[in-house]
Amino acid sequence: MNTEIKDNIEVTKPPIASIGIIGWLRKNLFSSLSNTILTLLGIYLLYSIIPSFISWAFIDASFVGSTKQECSKEGACWIFIKENLKLIFYGLYPSEELWRINSMYFVLLVCGIYILIPNLKYKGLVGSFLLILFPILSVVMFSGGFGLETVETRLWGGLFLTLVIAGVGIVLSLPIGVMLALGRRSKLPVVSLLSTIFIEIWRGVPLITVLFMASNMFPLFMPEGVNFDKLIRALIGVMFFSAAYLAEVVRGGLQAMPKGQYEAAQSMGLSYWRMMALVILPQSLKMVIPAIIGSFIAIFKDTTLVLVIGLFDFLGIIQFVGTNPDWLGFSHEGYVFAAVIFWIFCFGMSRYSQNLEKKLDTGR
Amino acid sequence: MIIRKLTILSAIISLFTVSAATAGTLDTVKGQGFFNCGVSQGVPGFSNPDSDGNWSGIDVDVCRAVSAAIFGTPDNVKYVPLTAKERFTALQSGEIDVLSRNTTWTLSRDAQIGLEFAGVNFYDGQGFMVRSDSGITSAMELDGASVCTNLGTTTELNMADFFRANGMSYEPVVFEKADEVVNAYDEGRCDTYTTDKSGLAAQRTKLADPDAHVVLPETISKEPLGPVVREGDGDWADIVRWSLNAMIEAEEFGLDKGSASSTCATTGNPVVARLCGKEGGNGAALNLGDSWSFDIISQVGNYGDIYEANVGASTPVGLARAGSPNASYKNGGVLYAPPAR
Repeated sequence: MNTEIKDNIEVTKPPIASIGIIGWLRKNLFSSLSNTILTLLGIYLLYSIIPSFISWAFIDASFVGSTKQECSKEGACWIFIKENLKLIFYGLYPSEELWRINSMYFVLLVCGIYILIPNLKYKGLVGSFLLILFPILSVVMFSGGFGLETVETRLWGGLFLTLVIAGVGIVLSLPIGVMLALGRRSKLPVVSLLSTIFIEIWRGVPLITVLFMASNMFPLFMPEGVNFDKLIRALIGVMFFSAAYLAEVVRGGLQAMPKGQYEAAQSMGLSYWRMMALVILPQSLKMVIPAIIGSFIAIFKDTTLVLVIGLFDFLGIIQFVGTNPDWLGFSHEGYVFAAVIFWIFCFGMSRYSQNLEKKLDTGR
Repeated sequence: MIIRKLTILSAIISLFTVSAATAGTLDTVKGQGFFNCGVSQGVPGFSNPDSDGNWSGIDVDVCRAVSAAIFGTPDNVKYVPLTAKERFTALQSGEIDVLSRNTTWTLSRDAQIGLEFAGVNFYDGQGFMVRSDSGITSAMELDGASVCTNLGTTTELNMADFFRANGMSYEPVVFEKADEVVNAYDEGRCDTYTTDKSGLAAQRTKLADPDAHVVLPETISKEPLGPVVREGDGDWADIVRWSLNAMIEAEEFGLDKGSASSTCATTGNPVVARLCGKEGGNGAALNLGDSWSFDIISQVGNYGDIYEANVGASTPVGLARAGSPNASYKNGGVLYAPPAR
């Protein structure tokens, strides 16, 4: 019976208007009058922006040459970026010492790739090298000592400085943030109160104020002639600021843990620290990976604020090279270039976070 | 016990303060072999990077001159880029020894915050730029104009004063950053653009068609820019002041960077001989070597040299010197150095 009926009904194709590109368009872009208007408006906006941007950035742009005079007036002058690339990437760091930065980049790259490749041995070893030995090595390589010529931090700049500030901020703020989060949830009243005060003070003040305090007020409190390095002052400010934010993110993760996990760990006789390190933190940190990476991306972008205390980060150095009388008037090119590089880094971090989530299988 | 600890503590503190007070800046600087010079984060022609990443500019050359006077070489300077807000703190806290950062000499700054101005290396002043085809030839014709300028600077206040004093109305169009102001003016969102004349000249090069714009002759404010030192160290202030004066006087007596050596070898003029360090004992009076002024002139240049190299008519900044206050007093300017003797 059943088969007969099936045979009788002729299989017809769906109407042409509901499949393929046309169907997709109708369903997603023109499903109602208001959606149609919005779509047309969007198309018009894209049409008015994209072609002119492309012709500015690529078609009319100048790529070849070494002076301002070789640039066309209509399009972008990428020669400006090309000729100042050393300044943009390394700041005023002495040219003959650049190998020191480059070799550390290389070490970082090799270790990073090693860790990212799955199923390799000694990953823990490489990881702890990156977290413990690499920073110490970097300090020596970047600032000098042990036979290397001293390079003061006032010469650091460009993308290199941005990576230093973001790297220190990211690597150091996570452990401090975890400790603060644990402290705030502690049953010891003094620890809890101090952590809360610390977090609320740093969260209650804008980063720009923190940096201003570090660069303008702090020196006046010190005896005359005693100077802390400006970069270190800024680094401490950035680190505590992001630690306070991370502390609240981590605390959110801790609070989401079911009480049973704590009780189970305690009933096994684990001490407080072992309970936290072995049972609670691994699970709760896993839950808040997206928020933690979000904070890291925010730190990375916030590093541009060090411009207000006279440090030339990536964005600052682009504005700085634009004041060379030979290269006046190329701020657009500089900002577009900065936006692209920032996007690449932030997008990279974002992808890494998604990758990590997939690997740790947190989306259950 | 506590009292003893306190005594030790106060002794340590007083040690710090005493040592800081007695060691003059010059001795400290000579001891460490360099000095710190506060500059801007980039003002074209004043302190900016050149293509190799070295600092250059007319403000930077003041620091180079001081270095040449003390060490015989212009390169024993460490440059510290500073924002407008932190520059005075940096000087007071000892982070820098000379501030040469297009800083306007005003009474309140000189008197209040413990600073001492050591001279003027550039006479600036606020002016207006308009489109040539607007037919405006004087700032007095700007009644009712819309004016582009920066937010919250003395520029904005000077502009308000100027229009009020002359009974004219205007419409301010303000922006946060110089780049935004220039773009707005270039796109025709305002009739005129006002900032310091040195800034106008530099920003003009950024316009789509620089030749279609003119800077009006009126200067509506006085902005004498010069190097600053900490108050209370007269010897150090003298060195900075006379390094600048030596450059100005050298120009007056025709001693320039290129010909300093040959002129000094043959001169019979006593003023030139003193500048060359051959007589007069100027160096000893400043606790410097006798060749201090010769080192400045032969390695950094006289005032005319550094002006033309950094902001003069042949540079992209393009500030013509003739007819401006920065010309020598002999040519109708106000540049006049007391005699170095």
